[in-house]
Amino acid sequence: MPMEGSILLDHGAGGKASAELVGGLFAKHLGNEVLGQMDDAAVLPRPTGRLAVSTDSFVVDPIFFPGGDIGSLAVHGTVNDVAMRGATPLYLTVGFVLEEGLAIADLERVVASMAAAAKEAGVKVVAGDTKVVGRGQADKLFINTTGIGVIPEGLTLGAAQAKPGDAVLVSGTVGDHGVTIMASREGLGLDAPIASDSAPLNHLAAGLIKACPGLRTLRDPTRGGLATALNEIAALSGISIELDEAAIPIDPAVGGVCELLGLDPLYLANEGKLICIVDSEQAPAALNAMRADAHGKGAAIIGRCGGERAGRVWINTSVGGRRILDMLSGEPLPRIC
Amino acid sequence: MKHVDEYRDPAMAKELAAQIRRTSKTPVRFMELCGTHTMALARHGLHALLPPTVSMVSGPGCPVCVTATEEIDRAVKLAQTPGVVVATFGDLVRVPGSHASLARERAGGAAVEVVYSPLDAVALAEKRPDDQVVFLGIGFETTAPTVAAALLMAEQKGLTNFSVLSAHKLLPPALAALLSGPNLGLSGFLCPGHVTTVIGTACYEPVAHEHGLPCVVAGFEPADVLASILMLVNQVEQRRSEVEIQYKRAVRPEGNPAAVALMNRFFEPVNAPWRGLGPIPASGLALRAEYGHLDAAKRFDASVPPGKDHPGCRCGDVLRGLITPPECKLFAGVCNPSAPVGPCMVSAEGTCAAWYRYRRED
Repeated sequence: MPMEGSILLDHGAGGKASAELVGGLFAKHLGNEVLGQMDDAAVLPRPTGRLAVSTDSFVVDPIFFPGGDIGSLAVHGTVNDVAMRGATPLYLTVGFVLEEGLAIADLERVVASMAAAAKEAGVKVVAGDTKVVGRGQADKLFINTTGIGVIPEGLTLGAAQAKPGDAVLVSGTVGDHGVTIMASREGLGLDAPIASDSAPLNHLAAGLIKACPGLRTLRDPTRGGLATALNEIAALSGISIELDEAAIPIDPAVGGVCELLGLDPLYLANEGKLICIVDSEQAPAALNAMRADAHGKGAAIIGRCGGERAGRVWINTSVGGRRILDMLSGEPLPRIC
Repeated sequence: MKHVDEYRDPAMAKELAAQIRRTSKTPVRFMELCGTHTMALARHGLHALLPPTVSMVSGPGCPVCVTATEEIDRAVKLAQTPGVVVATFGDLVRVPGSHASLARERAGGAAVEVVYSPLDAVALAEKRPDDQVVFLGIGFETTAPTVAAALLMAEQKGLTNFSVLSAHKLLPPALAALLSGPNLGLSGFLCPGHVTTVIGTACYEPVAHEHGLPCVVAGFEPADVLASILMLVNQVEQRRSEVEIQYKRAVRPEGNPAAVALMNRFFEPVNAPWRGLGPIPASGLALRAEYGHLDAAKRFDASVPPGKDHPGCRCGDVLRGLITPPECKLFAGVCNPSAPVGPCMVSAEGTCAAWYRYRRED
């Protein structure tokens, strides 16, 4: 039965109420043999291979949105960061900051969603912490997750590995998450069929690694969107990138809402998409590998890497023009993840 | 979105560009008066499609860019006033005034709320009856009627905690000031589709007939812009100077009398300062005396000393089409979108921002 009532300061005090929350809610959904040790630190078997570690804090507003919630997002965001280095994500730690007065039913919904996301990604939550702050000192709840994964021998993926001549691919439509969060905020009153793309990408990444020995870079274009992530890759790899605007997948409803709000989908956050840079000869194999995964059905080849004017990203526009595609600058959208 | 997609058809745009290249013989320099056109040209990379004989120069049509420093200072002063919530379009928040921007005031604890429409500001006033909500009215004849609609709504709801700080600008006096100033070597104007939808085409008649400069009222999709440039090129090549409407799906020669009437009900023309152009007679809008209770300039102390601009900033010359952004010493160095010095770099529709984002290596 779901727990009733609201979060009180007692729930974070370490006493009986804390224990009830841990036992009745967190353990119920996230429990496993490691978390079940209930000791000061989780003890894990020594893995073989290099470790990849990533941490991220999630403060998205609103906490529930079409396509996901802060719980699934907190799992996907960190799992994806670990997977972008070629690692197999194994473990997560989770820290909650709860605002006094949060409905326990909402917390349970978030935690159940985290559990489902962790199950799909194949990761275990091995350590956790909960703090409660007074009303107004946080907004409903914030979540921090840290992910640990293992990188297979001999694999070196990174944003500095792209080479001139490589192909640039994206795993599906861009801008879905950012525009959904914007539209979910109060007052916009939009009734468009849009949803966040929040999803785990580790299985998709594993498929790519298997299919393409010439894989150079995986990157999930979260804050700052596709445009910013590509600029970072161009700068770190010392190459230029040329994109074909018409090839970049954009959902028509997302495009329409962006039009209304004056937003550019290329700068909006994604939470279930990756950029893949690969030896151009293996681009068809990469495309097939992505499309074989549930989260890569909309994959497309969108451009190529060049050697001149290192650090610059160009876009050939749909109408036949050409311009720079710059990094995000100015005021970013707040609290989108 | 079918209506819009038609004007984004790559084949149509390419054909129009080819026609421009075939038709244009005389070197020409057209000014786009509207910031949205500046953005459309840059974002779709249209400059790359034009022949060397056709150059486009930006004019004073970005509302944020022409907002004078002292007008920003006044908004900052209101934001510092206890009990006042300043509601504004997002673009304006980062524009530097003489000493501070609204963004800096907000970080320091001032209540500054970003809204998407003046009606949202009215809703904010309803939701926060204990605060005084001041909406910063900026923009041309396109936005002034929507602000008038917000004022009407506030009146009808009997709200006593909503007012407008008007820094609205009018296009025709600025156009006249531009033409009476130093010779800009222009061959014609790409006229703003949205403003003209409201005010109609009468204000362009003297430009075409007395100054001999072709005027074409243009839409905002790539094919609209290219079709309009082609119409301008045709006029020049055929030695005509007329007012033509390309954006026929929105614009009527007489404009929108209902919108103009609503605007005139609440506002009247006043002398106004323009960033870059200086003071221009009867070029701004102030609330009429009978609406003093809705006028933030009357209800609060919004007096400020004359504004101080960064000495090296040449936004004024950019706004008059005298120089291109890279000719300003601050461009892309001290002044960039993350740390804008002048308003042309702040606004998404600013000439410097567009050049920085899309054409830095032209």
